[in-house]
Amino acid sequence: MDSATLLGLAGVLAAAAPVLFAVIGETITERAGVINLSVNGTILLSAMGGFAVAVNTGSLLLGFLAGALIGALVALVIAFSSITLQQSQVAVGFVLALVCRDLSYFLGNPYMGASGPRLPSAPIPLLGDLPLIGPLFFRQDLLTYLSYVLIFAAWAYIFKTRPGLMLQGIGERPAAAFARGADVNRLRYLYTVIGGAIIGIAGPAYSLSVKAGWKGTISGLDGIGWIALSITIFGGWNPLRAAFGAYLFALLQWLGLVLQPSLPGIPSQVLQVAPFPLMILTLLLVNIGNAEWVERALARLPENTRHALARLLRSLRAAPPAALGVPFEQE
Amino acid sequence: MKNLRWNNFLFQLVAFLLALAFTSLIMVFAGAPPISAYVEILGGAFGSVNSLANVVVVWMPLLLVTSGLLITFTAGLWNIGIEGQITLGAIFTTAALRLLQESSLPPWLIILLAMLAGVAGGALWAVMAGLLKTFGGVNEIFGGLGLNFVATALTLWLIFGPWKRPGTGSMSGTEPFPDTLWLPQLPGLRLSPWSVIFGAAAIYLVYRLLSGTYFGLRLKAIGKNVRAAFLLGVPAWQHSLLAFALCGFFAGLAGALQVTAVYHRLIPSISSGYGFLGLLVAMLVNYQALWAAPVALFFAALNIGSIQLPIMLNLDSSLSGVLQGMLVLFVLLTEGARKRWLQKNG
Repeated sequence: MDSATLLGLAGVLAAAAPVLFAVIGETITERAGVINLSVNGTILLSAMGGFAVAVNTGSLLLGFLAGALIGALVALVIAFSSITLQQSQVAVGFVLALVCRDLSYFLGNPYMGASGPRLPSAPIPLLGDLPLIGPLFFRQDLLTYLSYVLIFAAWAYIFKTRPGLMLQGIGERPAAAFARGADVNRLRYLYTVIGGAIIGIAGPAYSLSVKAGWKGTISGLDGIGWIALSITIFGGWNPLRAAFGAYLFALLQWLGLVLQPSLPGIPSQVLQVAPFPLMILTLLLVNIGNAEWVERALARLPENTRHALARLLRSLRAAPPAALGVPFEQE
Repeated sequence: MKNLRWNNFLFQLVAFLLALAFTSLIMVFAGAPPISAYVEILGGAFGSVNSLANVVVVWMPLLLVTSGLLITFTAGLWNIGIEGQITLGAIFTTAALRLLQESSLPPWLIILLAMLAGVAGGALWAVMAGLLKTFGGVNEIFGGLGLNFVATALTLWLIFGPWKRPGTGSMSGTEPFPDTLWLPQLPGLRLSPWSVIFGAAAIYLVYRLLSGTYFGLRLKAIGKNVRAAFLLGVPAWQHSLLAFALCGFFAGLAGALQVTAVYHRLIPSISSGYGFLGLLVAMLVNYQALWAAPVALFFAALNIGSIQLPIMLNLDSSLSGVLQGMLVLFVLLTEGARKRWLQKNG
């Protein structure tokens, strides 16, 4: 592998970091049975807010904290309106996605093109000197390292700890979890806000690192939140599979740029959006195993083919948490 | 009953005032004068015949889109793919105009065929989202979002690829059509009376369809409870697909108008965001057709009025979007609060 390709792939890992924060945050939220549809707006608003705070205080840490705080507050509105007021999560989330986007453009106006701090690269001694692996994984910034940790931490928390088991429970069978003593709605509040805070870090991850600065409508961030929502489904609400989706997405976008010169007939704007149709296709593949007619069609096939196809579909299939989007009434 | 209606009205008023107060607070926070901003918006929207005409130019496609969305919402569907459906309407219309502009057909027939193509394009895109949902198990929100991105990619590819202007393609869009292929406009204004006819017809038809027909009733049944409707013998997925197709029909018409009556060419952001705005309008009127026209007018006025803001007050015009979204947000919140209040005191 030549050094340009290696550098490009290292860039893919870095570019996927903000998407990873958004996707893992959303995965945790949805595991609890709540859909946070505001991701697109949350990322924009926290990108702008985090940048503004970092510019004014000169502190990167405060910038990231501001992003997390904004994400948590937006999520709190969703939790309050859907859990306490029993309004549609989708409706409130969608409205917030638009409001936060416009709010970021309105409030971010004075910061357009301002110069601000940027997260420095922090190569890890020793590990960074390893051949191949070093330049690929360990010459990144802190945020990218944090994104690696987040994937495994979220996975371990959800599947290997007791509170994680309860988290699965309140999203799958809230009534059963409640019977076992869980305060379902309180936990849903908690995980929605925590998930929102993690999503909120995705914003400054762009404005203070991957795409440093704030450029309003041409920041190129509008749309990423919607992708993150698709990747959450693609990931089957499992952090490891979601991480695979996020890296795949970043890889496809990078390939689009690399292949540009060899495909003169296709304008760059098109290659930038090329991953999106692929995303639909994967969503279709992930979901089609759940459709009734597929089962009926499979039943008609000869045994060998049926088993092979069924196994393939099952391996791709992902079922959402059973109580996703369904309010729970505690007695 | 009367008491309940008053109570409802009171909560709506509170929602409106809260949204206004909150948006003003945001402006104060940003160091902007709220009163002057509202005055500028009002003046920018209703200050002259010209600006008033521009408000109607926004109002009509918004009304078309909202009409379509009322159908899908009634069927319990979140047609977030509406943006792409408008875009496909515009693409199909442009394609037909390009194909036929050299032909010997009379211009009115070319325009008519082009608009029919646009309607078909919108419906096709909507049915795709419907098929993904009914046969692919892909939730319409995510299928629709994906199709929106595909529509955007398609537009960009056409503008910079096969349909690029002589020389180089640019973000300003394709080569404009000659004015023989424009829908007739009122003298001196950007407004075509045909838009008004289509918009008014759409909301009237949808109002009748949803409140006065058996089909509307069955859609409502599906929207309330798919399983129950199915058990009662309502063919659910056929009705869902039809609801998608009808919504795409209106969205496609809106897109066709954007090309034939407003821009006279294909531009990258041809939908002007009317799809998402229509979703907000539909939510704000609680999915009822009755108030859709005035609320869409109000939203259109905010859009046009806010264009003044950057020039007059050095504020970003996205303020209109903030106010529109806050209105819907506070209506949803007060509606929830009202229900809780009724539960406790009713």
